[in-house]
Amino acid sequence: MDEVLLRSLTPGVLTVLVRRGADFAAAEDAVQDALVEAVRVWPADPPRDAKGWLVTVAWRRFLDANRADASRRRREDLVDQEPEPGPAPAVDDTLQLYFLCAHPSLTPSSAVALTLRAVGGLTTRQIAQAYLVPEATMAQRISRAKRTVSGVRFEQPGDAATVLRVLYLVFNEGYSGDVDLAAEAIRLTRQLAARFDHPEVAGLLALMLLHHARRAARTAADGSLVPLAEQDRGRWDTGMIGEGVAVLQAALVRDRLGEFQAQAAIAALHADAPATEETDWPQIVEWYDELARLTDSPVVRLNRAVAVGEADGPRAGLAALAALDGSLPRRAAVAAYLHERDGDLATAARLYAEAARKAPNLAERDHLTRRAARINARLNALRCD
Amino acid sequence: MAKYLLLKHYRGAPAPVNDVPMDQWTPEEISDHMRYMHDFAARLEATGEFVDGQALAPEGTFVRYDGEGRPPVTDGPFAETKDLVAGWMVIDVDSYERALELAGELSAAPGAGGKPIHEWLELRPFLSAPPTISE
Repeated sequence: MDEVLLRSLTPGVLTVLVRRGADFAAAEDAVQDALVEAVRVWPADPPRDAKGWLVTVAWRRFLDANRADASRRRREDLVDQEPEPGPAPAVDDTLQLYFLCAHPSLTPSSAVALTLRAVGGLTTRQIAQAYLVPEATMAQRISRAKRTVSGVRFEQPGDAATVLRVLYLVFNEGYSGDVDLAAEAIRLTRQLAARFDHPEVAGLLALMLLHHARRAARTAADGSLVPLAEQDRGRWDTGMIGEGVAVLQAALVRDRLGEFQAQAAIAALHADAPATEETDWPQIVEWYDELARLTDSPVVRLNRAVAVGEADGPRAGLAALAALDGSLPRRAAVAAYLHERDGDLATAARLYAEAARKAPNLAERDHLTRRAARINARLNALRCD
Repeated sequence: MAKYLLLKHYRGAPAPVNDVPMDQWTPEEISDHMRYMHDFAARLEATGEFVDGQALAPEGTFVRYDGEGRPPVTDGPFAETKDLVAGWMVIDVDSYERALELAGELSAAPGAGGKPIHEWLELRPFLSAPPTISE
């Protein structure tokens, strides 16, 4: 059974229940039950109409749970009549579900968890494993999130930016686990892009595709990180790059630039280059200028300094870096790289070691430590000559 | 979304404000302290921020490899000067500010006289997985 296909039906089933009058939290629980039941029953007895099957089972589960609650909640009137799904609503329910799960009243981690469950159809256990927390903790996080949005009307339109931030987080901070969160983020963004005509949704989808295309080349066999400049570009997924570029181009012609389109444009320029030396660095610098105008993020200015170093030489890169705050994360790593390119090996080795001490993750720390060690070995060999 | 370790020390942290050793508290004060710690962990479970919590015995042994075919060498007990970890809690929170806030709450656990200990806790970020998008 194709579980991804099964999970892709989740938002549609959930919104049918909500439209029939079930409250969001109870409907969401009922749909989860139906998904679990489908995984159990379908392999031996596949339904002809998968979505219809899920709606029937989920609605029955909802009614059962509701019946158990009936004396308290007085919902008997809902129990006996099983309404037909009404006429097609003017607003796309699935789209509203994205907005609800990314509602600004939720913290980022709650919005991520709720989106993965209610839109993505993942189980609490899968989400807990993906984020390396106990299942009970994740269950609480999700039920709190549901309580937080319980008063939000389903029809209220939301802000696209909040949804995009959540999907970006799922993609970019996807940890290891059973579930491939990067692929899941792409699936959810693709599903969103099919319903929501918005250049930044397309921009985010393109950005994800262009980075995901490099996945096979990004880590060595021993699990260590391979930086962009050293990646075997023959291992990049050209089909995915082609799709990413096409999605991006269609978005850019609409002339409503946003940060995700600009980031995707930078990724596309890297994808275009057969080798680091053949990269169109001046154009990448221009895109970083656009990005800095759009976001004013210090991280963008840091990455811009790297691009300036490639476009105009390491001295120019160091000059661009000099204007930036010394406490910026990864600043030492960038300075080390630029000094190495400039031939100042002693300074580079010292800065790589400093950057390794400040690295926020293990893969980066190992990479930076290795670079420092490699330069120190060269320096020692030079001294012995 | 970031994980932090809250480390509690038997020794090695700066002296707390309410610096009376636990064996000189009243039994009720000890119970109140334990209840506070338990409630704190339960509250974190309810907010979906709890990952793990464990206490460690103060006795420990240093162990090291001593060559092929030989049993490991042990040394100990730990010297009085050694920094000694008493236990930990792992939290998964949205921000560094939230981690600080929780560490502050945990440090307010009641001690002698029912007053907050103002104990120094060590807050350490986990090294995370690398982000996918880096340029």
